[in-house]
Amino acid sequence: MSERLTRFFASRWGIVLAGVAIGVLAPLLQKAGNPQNMGICVACFERDIAGALGLHRAAVVQYIRPEIIAFVLGATIAALLFREFKPRAGSAPIVRFVLGVFAMIGSLAFLGCPWRALLRLAGGDLNAILGLAGLVTGVTIGVQFLKAGYNLGRSSKTYAAVGWIMPATMIGLLLLRIFAPKFSADGAIFFSEKGPGSLHAPLLISLGAGLVIGFLAQRTRFCTMGSIRDVLLMGDTHLISGVGALLVVAFITNLLLGQVNFGFFGQPVAHSSYLWNFLGMVLAGLAFALAGGCPGRQLFLSGEGDGDAGVFVLGMITGAAFAHNFALAGSPDNVADGIVGGISPYGMAAVLLGLVVCLVIGLTMREK
Amino acid sequence: MAKVVDARGFSCPQPVILTRRAIQEGQFPIEVLVETVTSRENVRRAAEKLGCQVEVEEMGGELKLTITK
Repeated sequence: MSERLTRFFASRWGIVLAGVAIGVLAPLLQKAGNPQNMGICVACFERDIAGALGLHRAAVVQYIRPEIIAFVLGATIAALLFREFKPRAGSAPIVRFVLGVFAMIGSLAFLGCPWRALLRLAGGDLNAILGLAGLVTGVTIGVQFLKAGYNLGRSSKTYAAVGWIMPATMIGLLLLRIFAPKFSADGAIFFSEKGPGSLHAPLLISLGAGLVIGFLAQRTRFCTMGSIRDVLLMGDTHLISGVGALLVVAFITNLLLGQVNFGFFGQPVAHSSYLWNFLGMVLAGLAFALAGGCPGRQLFLSGEGDGDAGVFVLGMITGAAFAHNFALAGSPDNVADGIVGGISPYGMAAVLLGLVVCLVIGLTMREK
Repeated sequence: MAKVVDARGFSCPQPVILTRRAIQEGQFPIEVLVETVTSRENVRRAAEKLGCQVEVEEMGGELKLTITK
């Protein structure tokens, strides 16, 4: 029975089911209170967690997002039920950390992870086309490195406790979300009172949706970066059928909920600086390709015992802190004054630095 | 004598890349060693797509895929 279910989840229908689930649940989470065109965004939500912990002090993006917690724990539950919880670590963790940092800096230049790029497009935000084009470009560069022998080396089986660090961390975050302690008068935990960080679905709805997605994504290995990589590397359309299902179903769900509004300027939590929407996601796509998974996939892997994926996640959270402390992240368009948003000169420099670092990683870490 | 592809510890797409390379070299049977069910399914799908048959054996937490054509 377990084997038959595993074969189903590994089939085309399985991956489409995961895409459909995300495509329905993300717009519903938005309806239930999450920010616009951000029913789910792994990068944004990790950034909000960094803010809630006080790792950055951008007051409008601070909240411990239960979806992130539930993605990891949903994957842990699935992996335990199907005997796939395999503690492993040791494949160039420091490189994965650096890739996580720059993946986040690139994502926040665009203002979204690949999931949110799809959800933004499904909500009518045409800037997402630039972001997705950047993602494809970044993954294309990564695929050239893979073809030339790039890899980060083997991981090793390790102690069970190693595999439990990320699930346990998530339980700790859940406790902080529930009890919201104030550790000092003007210190963490911070929850935004205005801005995107203040917009959130009720706790149990966020947790429930996150657990369903975490479970399905662990079983089906849903991955946006992988979907592009597999098409380019070997003409394999398996994963991309799930990504396509996500986009189509999210668009239909948004239509039904009246959440579609086509345009470039003034889209919710987005800017219409075309070049940096594109280049931000080139950087993110390349970093994901070099690390072997999109931000969502890294969370699910960290839930099934992959310590290296956990290090990538911690790198992303650290990158979010840099992005806001150093003013690297994108600023949304200012609709009231008609000003196009974008990123600061520091943000531009950081994206270019990230591209150089990723190229060096891709060029130097290969088997002869 | 089977050609052995030791992909243990590699995460995807590495096991698939190594397997495809071995299949293209054309020396069968090929034995691919992997550790995760994800890699097993990915290698199986890639090999079947290239017109090969795949049999799986589980050996103490490791998985051995035997690929023939």
